[in-house]
Amino acid sequence: MPSRKLIIDGKEIEADDNLTLLQACEQTGAEIPRFCYHERLSVAGNCRMCLVEWVGAPKPQASCALQVRDIFPNRDGTPARINTDSPIARKAREGVMEFLLINHPLDCPICDQGGECDLQDQAMGYGRAAFNRFHENKRAVEDKYMGPLVKTVMTRCIQCTRCVRFATEVAGVNDLGATGRGEDMEITTYLEKAFASELSGNVVDLCPVGALTSKPYAFNARPWELRKTDSIDVMDAQGCAIRVDTRGPQVMRVLPRLNEAVNEEWISDKARHACDGLVRQRLDRPYVRRSGKLQPATWAEAFAAIAAKVSSTTPDKMAAIAGDLAAAEEIKALKDLMGSLGVKNLDCRQDGAQLGGERQSYLFNTTIAGVEAADAILLVGANPRWEAPVLNARIRKTWSNGNVQIAGIGVTHDQTYPVKNLGASVEVLDQMANGSHAFAKVLHDAKRPMVIVGADAVARKDGATILRLAAKIAADTGMIGPAGTAAEGGWNGFNVLHTAASRVAALDLGFVPGEGGRDVAGIIGGAQKGEIDFIYLLGADECDVAHLGSAFVVYQGSHGDAGAHNANVILPGAAYTEKEGLYANFEGRVQPAHRAVFPPGEAKEDWAILRALSDVLGKRLPYDNLDALRAAIVADAPQYADHHEVVPHAGATQTNWANVGASGPLDTAHPLASTMTDYYLTNPIARASVTMAECSRVFVTGQSKMAAE
Amino acid sequence: MLADKDRIFTNIYGFQDKSVAGAKSRGLWDGTRKILELGPEGICDVMKKSGLRGRGGAGFATGLKWTFMPKEVKDRPHYLVVNADESEPGTCKDREIMRNDPHHLIEGCLIASFAMRAHTAYIYIRGEFVREREALQKAIDECYDAKLIGKNNVHGWDFDLYLHHGAGAYICGEETALLESFEGKKGMPRMKPPFPANMGIYGCPTTVNNVESIAVAPTIMRRGAEWFAGIGRANNTGTKLFQISGHVNKPCVVEEALGIPMRELIEKYAGGVRGGWDNLQAVIPGGASCPMIPKSVCDDVIMDFDALKAVNSSLGTAAVIVMDKSADLVRVVSRYAYFYKHESCGQCTPCREGTGWMWRVMERLRTGDARVEEIDQLWEVGKQCEGHTICGLGDAAPWPIQGLIRHFRPELERRIHERQARKVAAE
Repeated sequence: MPSRKLIIDGKEIEADDNLTLLQACEQTGAEIPRFCYHERLSVAGNCRMCLVEWVGAPKPQASCALQVRDIFPNRDGTPARINTDSPIARKAREGVMEFLLINHPLDCPICDQGGECDLQDQAMGYGRAAFNRFHENKRAVEDKYMGPLVKTVMTRCIQCTRCVRFATEVAGVNDLGATGRGEDMEITTYLEKAFASELSGNVVDLCPVGALTSKPYAFNARPWELRKTDSIDVMDAQGCAIRVDTRGPQVMRVLPRLNEAVNEEWISDKARHACDGLVRQRLDRPYVRRSGKLQPATWAEAFAAIAAKVSSTTPDKMAAIAGDLAAAEEIKALKDLMGSLGVKNLDCRQDGAQLGGERQSYLFNTTIAGVEAADAILLVGANPRWEAPVLNARIRKTWSNGNVQIAGIGVTHDQTYPVKNLGASVEVLDQMANGSHAFAKVLHDAKRPMVIVGADAVARKDGATILRLAAKIAADTGMIGPAGTAAEGGWNGFNVLHTAASRVAALDLGFVPGEGGRDVAGIIGGAQKGEIDFIYLLGADECDVAHLGSAFVVYQGSHGDAGAHNANVILPGAAYTEKEGLYANFEGRVQPAHRAVFPPGEAKEDWAILRALSDVLGKRLPYDNLDALRAAIVADAPQYADHHEVVPHAGATQTNWANVGASGPLDTAHPLASTMTDYYLTNPIARASVTMAECSRVFVTGQSKMAAE
Repeated sequence: MLADKDRIFTNIYGFQDKSVAGAKSRGLWDGTRKILELGPEGICDVMKKSGLRGRGGAGFATGLKWTFMPKEVKDRPHYLVVNADESEPGTCKDREIMRNDPHHLIEGCLIASFAMRAHTAYIYIRGEFVREREALQKAIDECYDAKLIGKNNVHGWDFDLYLHHGAGAYICGEETALLESFEGKKGMPRMKPPFPANMGIYGCPTTVNNVESIAVAPTIMRRGAEWFAGIGRANNTGTKLFQISGHVNKPCVVEEALGIPMRELIEKYAGGVRGGWDNLQAVIPGGASCPMIPKSVCDDVIMDFDALKAVNSSLGTAAVIVMDKSADLVRVVSRYAYFYKHESCGQCTPCREGTGWMWRVMERLRTGDARVEEIDQLWEVGKQCEGHTICGLGDAAPWPIQGLIRHFRPELERRIHERQARKVAAE
């Protein structure tokens, strides 16, 4: 790669031509202040805070916008000299800082950004202390409405336009922009509509001042009061890296962490703002149903009630369903407990997805970062914008970087990038599979084609057939490459897009019907017919739990949602922020979530509940602590030993690829579509969240408040 | 004094036939094909030798600018964009060219485009110039009809010329803001580099030239670089349209040789300063953004780039704004400060915040409601704005204020002291 020599602050370095001067300066360890510059957004160069001195140039240079290739050496051939902290650079920055501050309100004591504010921090470095020569009135700007998540105090805005660039470039919605010019320039949403993106919360992180802050979190806490715990998000199956900020027993907010492989530095609004659901509708003590009513009970009473029922029934009449938010630990514990009782009616696929078996057949094999290498994408019955918003931003990034053709079968929503609509009929998929469809040729000609099968597409009656067709498309159009990662030259373009955080781990651990066992539909049907009379719901709320006949239902979970309402015994569990748990995202990447707070009241970590129950049932599970349990998981699935990594795919053989799914008739009466009806209310935590309810009202159901309300 | 035979714009007042026939009768469109036969390099050489400096204000060598374009057309077409967004207060030369002598510009567009291997040129005309647009469009249509331009024209170089009407913003006269505006975006200047010659309109190599720079090109090509270079002094060659406004008896636009003494220019063409030369207070020699110079300097300064630079001002667009002793200079500069505040695009910090600040201080200086130290602060604020912005507006905004402080500081202090004295008296 071409490069050139620069002397930055006296240190000679060889800088890559493609870098900006700011990046080159950072390589030497120099710190360049900035407001408008952001690695993941286009360069605006408007804040002028990053000015550096290029010795010999008539003016200080904006280092964020100057590329190394545009820096020419001195006339005598010596490398150009750049000073990042010379009197000239310092004076320029102090001047810019003064300009930024003259119209910035002095309301830091009541500003939510206080303590984590770029302007505050940099004013410490470049502000002229005890020096005020601005004697005019400060500018006041009217606040704008940006929806239920983003609070605006526009007087604080320094017009860096990061939010505008994020909205247009990453989120892909043109809702934000600037009106007016000069000192009257204001950032606003179009006609003061809400900022309609599932990623809108990220502008709060991007805003270098307190102009955009979190509305639900307003005036709740100060950053220095919070304890920070790194964890993993479970609101969708992407496994975004998050940081959970807590004060005392309460989660105050959730922020994204950097993980280039998964979420870069974005998280979805649900991941960020559903946290107020963690303190509402909580199950904080065991309950037992007595004479038709759920009544508080002790753990011993609850366990005794379960033991009584288990001893009076037979394994073939017992069943267990694992919910969408369960960690690998409790799935493993429940599977082992049920196994020791001889129960074969196990299932984790609440939606009825016909997945399982060969690991590559239910994973997002391309990997999230791998999407950027794709040059043709076929979406099948998926709605990535809702099912995995951060992944969708990655697809959009791929699209905006250039040559990728994207088509969809049964893609009904605006994905923020153009998707060629091939119709919604499953017959199109059939044509694609037999190669007669025009887009099959596009996939065939592409170097790195991808198919993304939505979870709902395989949850239909003909899901297994659809899966097989998708696998055939993948095999026929060259998506199944040699072994290894995309970086190693391997390519696997077959992807299933899960929406449940627990699903991949449950499939990995084999939480599926045993030989002759019933799946979710079979369990529910059996319960209605009286063939199943004991059901263990591990946080399962997304299947038809209201119609379980007269079966005895144990609900273990964190929230009083659908499953708990119909339970005979409730065992209060821990939410994802309250336990140590492994989650495998849809790529199969195993990541640990960490405990940020303790579960409320008498609630316990879920695997420990199952371990205690196993003792009462006389089937003591062979692990006394988390380490032993994790060792048992690794024994079943070795990839659980390597956290954060995706095991490079082994390269599928044509034979096992041909066995993916099943052949059968297609259900042509029903068009393919994602069945997610409300992005904001997909799990018990989100449904307990006031913020998510408000978002649903504003963005999905579209009921806006009347003026008098 | 420039002889009539050396004038380029022979119909600048519109007294003669403006049509293509009239233009031809005055020597335009004569031997254009022969000029093109020189080839792009040949034309650029003549332009370079002529010493023509850009007439838009910055005075960058036009011929040199043309050579910045890539030597070969590769995957991206080349474009010429003519900046007809003439908005600098005091400046009114391009509009005269466009409505009275448009064929100079059109022929110049053809020659310049050929020299830059462009088949398309765009003229971005200021939003307020409605009649000028009509006149220019009429002339362009005539040229199309006469096959002087267009596909398969008589000159053998396919060439399309489009007129684009702006929406009226001063900042759109900045070349990159002009390109942004042209592309349908907000008129906000781009960062440079990349320069337009590399990444201009629609990401293609583009050169942006002022109307007058382009309009003088055909005559230079016809009469030779030596002729043009022989007028004026070295590095400040050629003729220039001067626009004299303000407190003169006969405001006018006139073509003269660069280097004419300012006093001669004003007295010969504009009928002299109102009330006589001794009634002169100050002159802004090149449009609003040039620092003003007091009468003592005006007495013997000559009108060219280097001479005016030497007296801490600038030739700019040669829009001479004359102010006699009745003019309230502080009010004048305060109004200019308001203009820059109003026209700042708001993109980058120093200009967005600085222009408003400077205007507010100027307003207080106007009434004397300030402290003497604030004059120095104002100077410093200007220096803090100048040189730290994306485009030249942030550089230019403090210049009128600097000119005022440099030459008329006693007047500012007098107002402050008077105001204070009045206050004390009132108490």
